[in-house]
Amino acid sequence: MSLTENKILTIEGRGIPLEGNDIDTDQVVPARFLKEITFKNMGDYLFYDARFDEDGKAKAHPLNDSKFKGGKFLVVQENFGCGSSREHAAQAIKRYGIKAVIGISFSEIFSGNCKSLGIPIVQLDKDQIAKIAHALTDDPTVMCALNIENETFKVGTKIFFFSMAPTLKASLVGGTWDALTLLQNNDQKTNRLDASLPY
Amino acid sequence: MSKNTLYDKVWDKHKVDTLPTGQDHLFIGLHLIHEVTTPQAFSMMEETGATVKFPHRTFATTDHIIPTQAQERPFADSKAESMMQALENNVKKYGIKYFDFKSGKQGIVHVVGPELGLTRPGMTIVCGDSHTSTHGAFGALAFGIGTTEVRHVLETQSLALNRLKVRKINVTGDIPKGVYAKDIILAIIQVLGVNGGIGYAYEFNGEVIHRLSMEERMTICNMSIEGGARIGYINPDDVTYDYLKGREFAPKGEAFDKAVDYWKSIASDNDAEYDDVVNIDGSKLEPMVTWGTTPAQSIGVSGKIPSLESFSEDDRPVLSKALAYMDVKEGQFIKGLPIDVAFIGSCTNSRISDLREAAKVLKGKKVNVKTLVVPGSQSVRSQAQKEGLDKIFTEAGAEWRFAGCSMCLAMNPDRLKGTQRCVSTSNRNFMGRQGSPTGRTLLMSPASVAASAIEGKVADIRESY
Ligand code: SF4
Repeated sequence: MSLTENKILTIEGRGIPLEGNDIDTDQVVPARFLKEITFKNMGDYLFYDARFDEDGKAKAHPLNDSKFKGGKFLVVQENFGCGSSREHAAQAIKRYGIKAVIGISFSEIFSGNCKSLGIPIVQLDKDQIAKIAHALTDDPTVMCALNIENETFKVGTKIFFFSMAPTLKASLVGGTWDALTLLQNNDQKTNRLDASLPY
Repeated sequence: MSKNTLYDKVWDKHKVDTLPTGQDHLFIGLHLIHEVTTPQAFSMMEETGATVKFPHRTFATTDHIIPTQAQERPFADSKAESMMQALENNVKKYGIKYFDFKSGKQGIVHVVGPELGLTRPGMTIVCGDSHTSTHGAFGALAFGIGTTEVRHVLETQSLALNRLKVRKINVTGDIPKGVYAKDIILAIIQVLGVNGGIGYAYEFNGEVIHRLSMEERMTICNMSIEGGARIGYINPDDVTYDYLKGREFAPKGEAFDKAVDYWKSIASDNDAEYDDVVNIDGSKLEPMVTWGTTPAQSIGVSGKIPSLESFSEDDRPVLSKALAYMDVKEGQFIKGLPIDVAFIGSCTNSRISDLREAAKVLKGKKVNVKTLVVPGSQSVRSQAQKEGLDKIFTEAGAEWRFAGCSMCLAMNPDRLKGTQRCVSTSNRNFMGRQGSPTGRTLLMSPASVAASAIEGKVADIRESY
């Protein structure tokens, strides 16, 4: 894949609002689903225990609500993705079809995993998130548009301005969110650092 | 911005370059791997024919899916068996040192690294596991990473990262009897919140911290991540050097002395600058217990579950959900709450000193609920048996198991059933964490869990002395 193909500039689609602070990665993908040596099926397990009861019957949850089907933006609250480092959580979100996550705050490791997979993480303040969630609940068909370069998120005609860490923005816009190539380009310098360490 | 802290010094020593995105290119000195978060990284490498850049800087063991009773191969659980086989094939193919059952050194990756002397001050250490922060107890920058990053480390021995801010957490005073490292970190998380550490590395400092043993320090750093801090560390001191002396992978003889010089040089300077400083009075602490579904939802064991009114309106919906899930009420005393299961284990509290504390409480007594004691590693297990702790546990009616993560996250057969309530020495009381989607977890120190197991309800360890 060339870097141009990987560039993430704009995303358009509908949104799915999710309530609750501190949604941990055990809620995003429960541990019993980690016993697979590929990420292939993770999309099926997204929020499994919140969506299904022990007999597999669907519970009330935005992801089970036909109104929100096909949404590309997941709108969350505070400290989303806290807990374990499992990339399975970000993989599940991506494989389910979510293209970007919008919220108040995110755990560090989860954000890093999202970056590695090219899922933009957008941070807005509490009031703005409340407004967005409200708008989506009111009208699930409303179209949203994320523009990374301009740092704007549009919900219908309303525009929300966010500020993204310059390093994340550069990685998304430049198509280098998976940093492997950048790290490989520094191979000689890496070798010199290895040789300079006292251990 | 912080200056001359251990964080700054170790970061600068390992910084390869600034990447075009503005992120830092950081060299990783030690990489630890286990069976759950690596197979996908290795298969991506297989697709491109990539190799492991420095195989001698990566070490493997197996912990998450390990059954703690019947360990014959193939495992009864075919998915667990296939994860084991994937790891075994990968370490063989790429020439990575692997501590398996036969080595006598297998165990939870965060117990094994330190006890073998792989974990040392002044290193950068990563593992595809959020509790890698444990290794910060030695004065290393240690943090959890995702699977794509595991691949980056395997292929390039480095990562693209943003620098964190540094918060110093000073714990002073004399901690009362019955208060353990676990209680200190639960109290810190209660004060700073589960997201207070986002964007920060935590430096634990102050006389209380430096009086702790290495094992206690690991308990503290282990749970940094529960406070939102990806990294937690403690400046190395004589306790650190004494612990490392003679360990299998620690430098020997003259090399050890030279290493100590390096280790001393990376400790935070007395006049180091921090982005934030927080002071905690250790003499005010109590044995802690969590009542809710995040590690910050905790109280002193003699206290009452807080009323919703004491929280902001925004927080109340989440809190009432936690109360309902845990089947407890606001204003209720936590002491005396009936329990169904007790779990002593996990990378937070499964080291020999943890088992000794639990054994002290259980000696000559009988447990009233199903109690599992799961040592953190095969070495811990054999040391405990040498000291006769296993007998104390089994005579008290507890189950003495083989080493692994076990009921900390229940990827193996050890799990809660239905709405069972479990007092646990692990680190996460998330909904469904211990294997039942409706199971309930109360986090405590090993001594408190042992005392509660005897009574069959939440107990105050201070009444057991
Ligand atoms: S003991 Fe628990 S927290 Fe620690 S590594 Fe194992 S599963 Fe993770």
